[in-house]
Amino acid sequence: MQKTQHFKPVQFIIEVGILVVIFTLVQYLISAGLLNQYYQINLASICINIILAVSLNLINGFTGQLSLGHAGFMAVGAYASVIMTTYMELPFIVGIIAACLAAALAGFIIGVPTLRLRGDYLAIATLGFGEIIRVVLQNIDYVNGPAGIMGISKLSTWPWLFGSVVITILVIVNLVNSSYGRAIISVREDEVAAELMGVNTTKYKVLAFVVGAMFAGLAGALYAHYFYIIKPETFNFMKSFDILVMVVLGGLGSTTGAIIAAIFITVLTAALQSFPAIRMILYAVILVTVMIYRPQGLMGNRELGRRTFGRLWGDKK
Amino acid sequence: MVNGLSLGAIYALIALGYTMVYGIIMLINFAHGDILMVGAYIGFFSVVVLGTNIFVAMAIAMIACAVLGVVIEKVAYRPLRNSTRIAALITAIGVSFFLEYTTIFFLTPNQRVYPAEAFPVTNYDVMGITLSSKDIFVFISAVVLMVILQYIIKRTKTGKAMRAVSLDKEAAMLMGISVDKTISITFAIGSALAAAAGVMIGVYYNSINPLMGIIPGLKAFVAAVLGGIGIIPGAMVGGFLMGILETLVSGYGSSLYRDAVAFGVLIIILLIKPTGLFGKNTGEKV
Amino acid sequence: MSVMIIEHLHKSFGGLSAVLDFNAYLEEQELIGLIGPNGAGKTTVFNLITGVYKPDEGTIRFAGQNITGLPPYEICSRGIARTFQNIRLFKDLTVLDNVRIALHKDVQYPLLSAVFRSPGFFKGEADIRKKADEFLEIFNLADKRDEIASNLPYGEQRRLEIARALATHPRLLILDEPAAGMNPQETAELMELIRSIRQQFNLTILLIEHDMSLVMGVCERIYVLDYGQIIAEGSPEEIRNNKRVIEAYLGEEVS
Repeated sequence: MQKTQHFKPVQFIIEVGILVVIFTLVQYLISAGLLNQYYQINLASICINIILAVSLNLINGFTGQLSLGHAGFMAVGAYASVIMTTYMELPFIVGIIAACLAAALAGFIIGVPTLRLRGDYLAIATLGFGEIIRVVLQNIDYVNGPAGIMGISKLSTWPWLFGSVVITILVIVNLVNSSYGRAIISVREDEVAAELMGVNTTKYKVLAFVVGAMFAGLAGALYAHYFYIIKPETFNFMKSFDILVMVVLGGLGSTTGAIIAAIFITVLTAALQSFPAIRMILYAVILVTVMIYRPQGLMGNRELGRRTFGRLWGDKK
Repeated sequence: MVNGLSLGAIYALIALGYTMVYGIIMLINFAHGDILMVGAYIGFFSVVVLGTNIFVAMAIAMIACAVLGVVIEKVAYRPLRNSTRIAALITAIGVSFFLEYTTIFFLTPNQRVYPAEAFPVTNYDVMGITLSSKDIFVFISAVVLMVILQYIIKRTKTGKAMRAVSLDKEAAMLMGISVDKTISITFAIGSALAAAAGVMIGVYYNSINPLMGIIPGLKAFVAAVLGGIGIIPGAMVGGFLMGILETLVSGYGSSLYRDAVAFGVLIIILLIKPTGLFGKNTGEKV
Repeated sequence: MSVMIIEHLHKSFGGLSAVLDFNAYLEEQELIGLIGPNGAGKTTVFNLITGVYKPDEGTIRFAGQNITGLPPYEICSRGIARTFQNIRLFKDLTVLDNVRIALHKDVQYPLLSAVFRSPGFFKGEADIRKKADEFLEIFNLADKRDEIASNLPYGEQRRLEIARALATHPRLLILDEPAAGMNPQETAELMELIRSIRQQFNLTILLIEHDMSLVMGVCERIYVLDYGQIIAEGSPEEIRNNKRVIEAYLGEEVS
């Protein structure tokens, strides 16, 4: 349910204020050495996973197209950025831009043929492409094939991570709350009716796919430059599965849900680090249970935001 | 070439399970490959712990997995019968991971070797081609099972019910066919075939591990799509084609690309003729 | 000049001919009915016109241009809108959003405008909102604008579907059984609505209907379809007395 957008200066200032506070607080904790390694790693993972979940939610949740190859776009972004920074010794920003462009391009190339397919076939095709990306990377000697690339400089500092998360959420939320977003949602609601109301459904599916892929690429670049090693195996179907669990748990079609679930799952993963099998069993159970008993996930279609916080600063409907 | 036929027979058995389930409830049973794995393990324990011979082991595995298939359908898929297919697919993915990692948890991720005593391997020389007893075992068992399946489908009441439900669920119900029971039986049969395939893979390649079902499952799925998903003869033909194709590619190309070939074939089919070799195009009613 | 000319339209499914040698024409601002027994192929004809199906043979010309085989969204852009037999509203979206989606081509601001929330975006959104509200006013749905579409009573859902179709600024409006499930009073109101929107929006209207009171009441000309073929064409009077039509409807009241 979309409210009509008006520009509200007071709300804008308050939102920016909150972001500034969060950013400065964490930056202070890091600089003062008050956040130990464990927390810092978790923080980075949370940021990266939020970007992955929110971007996948655009495709799976808002457009209603099940994409099971999101990790593939992450891989494209990761490798593209590393080639720029580590191989060509260019600044991080070049790597980030390269990651976004490469992943967006991959999204376009894969999206155009596959988005014509019906639901479950589309899902399997995206899974296939995700795996093909992985296998191809495993066979390219320039990037060391299966051994991957090591010793990547740790360029993903807090400002980069935080900034990327904010930009991702901002872009996707703004996209969804616009006529483009309504067209995208209409594709999910009833593709045939949408077409007959003049919505070029293929165009909007590809749009969502490309934007989603682009941010996955961004996440990949951030990941590579934090965890300093990447190999093709890192970006396998299990990774896509993890992101899928976040999106389903949070609620297909709720950005807030994706964020909350991303945080929850990241923390859970860290807690269960020594028990990888249990972790996977737990995720599988969560996935099946949510699909059967509460398919709308935690947040369903709803968002925390304008409606809840709006009342705080005297929003009128 | 012989390898191709044996491999093809195995893929055909697995593909049949995919195609029957898709034909009846329009679900891609992502967990099918993992049922194969469970079958392989049960066969393994049957031989190692119970000391049975391979045929009994296969039978036990088939029965156990038939039950497992029915349970999975009842617990995970039946509640979603009226949901979107995507919801069911997501659930199937969950079931797949559940089976894999539960096995890893209880039985370690390590490989186990199928004991050689279970199946004495001898080689025969027939008209210049070397046939291993493994090939004979796999091929003949698979063919026997397929023939039995054909008989069930064409000649028994159950088979008729299965065909009726896959054509029109509501009409079948009005004819007094128990849709639930028919679906359960479909899962049982499909899972039993997968279990047989699992035991065969164990014998053929000598080792099993908890993730062994993923790749053969995928290839068999491609085989089912290739033949026309939902079409039983298509699954058999598709299975053999995939087996032969894989043997050829192994011969020529690097084995790193061998698995990607399956994905490649899948994508090509989906883009060119998604209904497969024998499939018919039925559009959506508006 | 005729608004629409359909010639020799053929469509088969599997071996079955759904539509066989269908020929028809629609003049500007005419109100035409398409009737026939169940399964005659009427909705198939609609689907062929709106691009949901591609005909096996034949041509469809609209406003002088050949639109045969174009994709549905393109056909909508050319000025043909429709409603559906089984109401295909965006059920879980609000009344307002249903109409706003139909308006998405009316007011276009660039993608980057939306992302960066430029003034162009806010103006565009305000425009869309204003136009959507206008349509809802006309159809008496303005006070329900924030209701979820599936919560509306049946009659209002049908009205919303028509409102949504009209928001795409069509020249030709195609209604598929608009009176299905309505009682006589609702049907009478619908008839009024159809007449008034035809006038207000200068529409040509083609409708499928089983309710003969509506067909005979509003349509100026009627085509009768049976087993995919046209068996009669003419004014309500002529159709009422046509032997073949009566036979085709054997057992049904043609009053």
